[in-house]
Amino acid sequence: MSMMEVPNLGTVYSGEELGRSLEGSSGKAFSRRARLSFYNRTFKIVCIASAVFVCLILFSILLLMGRTGILTFETVSLKTFFFSTEWVPENEQYGAFIFIFGTIALTLLTMVISVPLSLIIAIFLSEMTPAWLKNALRPVLDLLVGIPSVVYGFLGMTVLIPMLRSVTGTTLGDGILAAAIVLTIMVLPTISRITDDSIVAVPKKFRDASYALGSTRFQTVVRVVIPAAKSGIMYAVILGMARALGETMAVVMVIGNTPQLADALFKPTSVLTSNIVMQIPNVPFDSAWNYALYMMGFILLVISLIMIVVVRAIQGRGVKS
Amino acid sequence: MQSIASQTLIDIHKLNLYYGSFQALKSVTMDIPEKAITAFIGPSGCGKSTLLRTLNRMNDMIPNTRIEGKITIGGADIYSKEVDVETLRKKVGMVFQQPNPFPKSIYDNVAYGPRLHGIRSKQKLDEIVETSLRSAVLWDEVKDYLKRSALSLSGGQQQRLCIARAIAVNPDVLLMDEATSALDPISTLKIEELAQELKDKYTIVMVTHNMHQAARVSNQTVFFLNGEVVEFSDTEKLFSNPRDQRTEDYISGRFG
Ligand SMILES: Nc1ncnc2c1ncn2[C@@H]1O[C@H](COP(=O)(O)OP(=O)(O)OP(=O)(O)O)[C@@H](O)[C@H]1O
Ligand SMILES: [Mg+2]
Repeated sequence: MSMMEVPNLGTVYSGEELGRSLEGSSGKAFSRRARLSFYNRTFKIVCIASAVFVCLILFSILLLMGRTGILTFETVSLKTFFFSTEWVPENEQYGAFIFIFGTIALTLLTMVISVPLSLIIAIFLSEMTPAWLKNALRPVLDLLVGIPSVVYGFLGMTVLIPMLRSVTGTTLGDGILAAAIVLTIMVLPTISRITDDSIVAVPKKFRDASYALGSTRFQTVVRVVIPAAKSGIMYAVILGMARALGETMAVVMVIGNTPQLADALFKPTSVLTSNIVMQIPNVPFDSAWNYALYMMGFILLVISLIMIVVVRAIQGRGVKS
Repeated sequence: MQSIASQTLIDIHKLNLYYGSFQALKSVTMDIPEKAITAFIGPSGCGKSTLLRTLNRMNDMIPNTRIEGKITIGGADIYSKEVDVETLRKKVGMVFQQPNPFPKSIYDNVAYGPRLHGIRSKQKLDEIVETSLRSAVLWDEVKDYLKRSALSLSGGQQQRLCIARAIAVNPDVLLMDEATSALDPISTLKIEELAQELKDKYTIVMVTHNMHQAARVSNQTVFFLNGEVVEFSDTEKLFSNPRDQRTEDYISGRFG
C-alpha cells in the first residue's frame, strides 16, 4: 500500500490513533474539546442575546409609537386623519393629509432631482475621471456624507432662500423646492458614492467583451455597466430616499412650516417630520393633538421600515446573481 | 491541409510594443493568411496575448503602452488616424480566455453586437441570433431557453455563446485567446471542431498553451519566445521538422 506524503507537524498519528484523538478519548484532546464547546456556546448565547435585544428595541419603539398614535382614532376618524387637509389643533381638527402628501411629494421631488445628478456624478467619477482626480474627489464626497444636516439647513436658509427669492422676484422662497434642493445636496454624496462603488465593482471582463464587439465607451457604460450595477444603484437610491424621508432639521429650516397643501413649488408648507418637531414641544400630553403627532411618527417609521425591507431584498438578490 | 500560400489578410511589419519601459514585442513580422487558422504558441509571458490584442487594438485601453511598426488588415493600416476603432473591432472579433457572457439573457448576449451597430428589427435580430447560435453549435441546446440568463449555462456553453456573440456582428477575423483553457476536454473538443468549421468563413488567430491543440486544429503555427517570433510555418512542418533548435526544444517539452 502506498503512503501519502504528509508534512510532519509534530505528532504523527496512525489512522486509528487519529480517530481516537478526534473522539476525545485522550485527556489533552478532551480538554480542548470542552474548551471549544464552552467558547462556542458562550458566543452563541451572546449573539442571540444581542439579536433579541435589538429586536426588543425595535418592537418597543413600534409599540410605543403605535399604541399612543392609535389613540388618535378615539376622537378623529381614520378618514379625517388621512384625507382631510384641515390641521387646526386649536379647533380639534387633525387632518394629516397635508403632511403625508408633503412628505411623499418632497421625497419624490428630491429623488427626481438627485438620482439623475448622482448617476452622472458617479459615472464621471468611475469611468471618465483621471486617477488623481478620483483620489481627490472620493474622500471629499465621503466627508460630505458626514456633515450634520443642520449645517445644510443653515446654508439653505442663508444662501439658497435669498437666491430663490431673487430668481422668483417675490418674497417667496421657502417651500418644497427649497427643501428638495437642500435634501438633494445632502443625499447627493451618499447616492453617488455608493453608485460609484457599485460601478467600479462591475468586472472588467464585461467591459472588455463590450469593447471587443465594437462599442463606444458611452454604449458600454449605458448598456453593460449600468445594468450590471443595477442592484447596487437601487440600493443607493433607496438609502438616499430613506435619508430624505426622515430628514428633519434641514427641512424645518427651509420649508416654511405652514400647514397648507404643497401644490406649488414656492409655497410654505410642512411635512411629517417638520410638523412633529415644530409642535411636539408645546402640546399637552394627554391630547388628541399629541396622539396625532405620534401617529404621524408611526407612519414615518412604517414607511422607513418598508424601505429597509426593500433594501434587504435587493441586497439579497445582488448576492445571488 | 491548406498551404501557407493562400492570400495574406493580416500583415504585421516590424512591430514593437512597450508596456512603459518594458518591451513586450520585438520587431514582430508575419503574414497571417486569410480563411485559415493560425496558432500562436510559446511559453507564458512571451507576448502572445499582447500581439493578439494589437490586432483589434484592445491594447489601446492599457495605459502606458507604446507601439511602433505597422499592421495592415486587408491592406488598411489599422493604426492610422483615419481608422475608426469601433469599426475595426466589429471586423476583428475576439473570444477571451475566461468565458465572459454579459449578465443578460442568452438572446440579449448574441443580439448585443447587432443592436450596437444599429439593427433594431426584431425579425432581423431573431434571425441573426439563430444563425449565430447555430454556427456556434449551441442552438439545439439553448433554443428553448433564449430568455434565460447566460450565466446559467455551463462553462463550455458560455464559451460557445461568446463565440456566437462574436460572430453575430459578422466579423472577418476571429481572435481567440486561450479560449479553451478554462474548459473540460469535451467542451474543448467541441470548440476545436467549431473552429475548424468557422475557418471556411473567418480568418482565425488563436493563442494556445496546448501544443496538441495547435497541432490538431491550426494550419499555421507561430512560435514565440520573449516577444520575438522564432518560427512561423505550416503547422505540420513546424511540429514534424522544426527549423530552429529552440522550437524543437519547446515542442519536445524540454523547456517552457
Ligand atoms: N498590462 C500590462 N502592463 C505591463 N506589462 C504587461 C501587461 N500585460 C502584459 N505585460 C507583460 O508583457 C509580457 C507579455 O505578456 P502577454 O500577456 O502577452 O503574455 P502571454 O504570452 O499571453 O502569456 P500567457 O501565456 O501567460 O498568457 C509579459 O512579460 C507581461 O508581464
Ligand atoms: Mg496570454
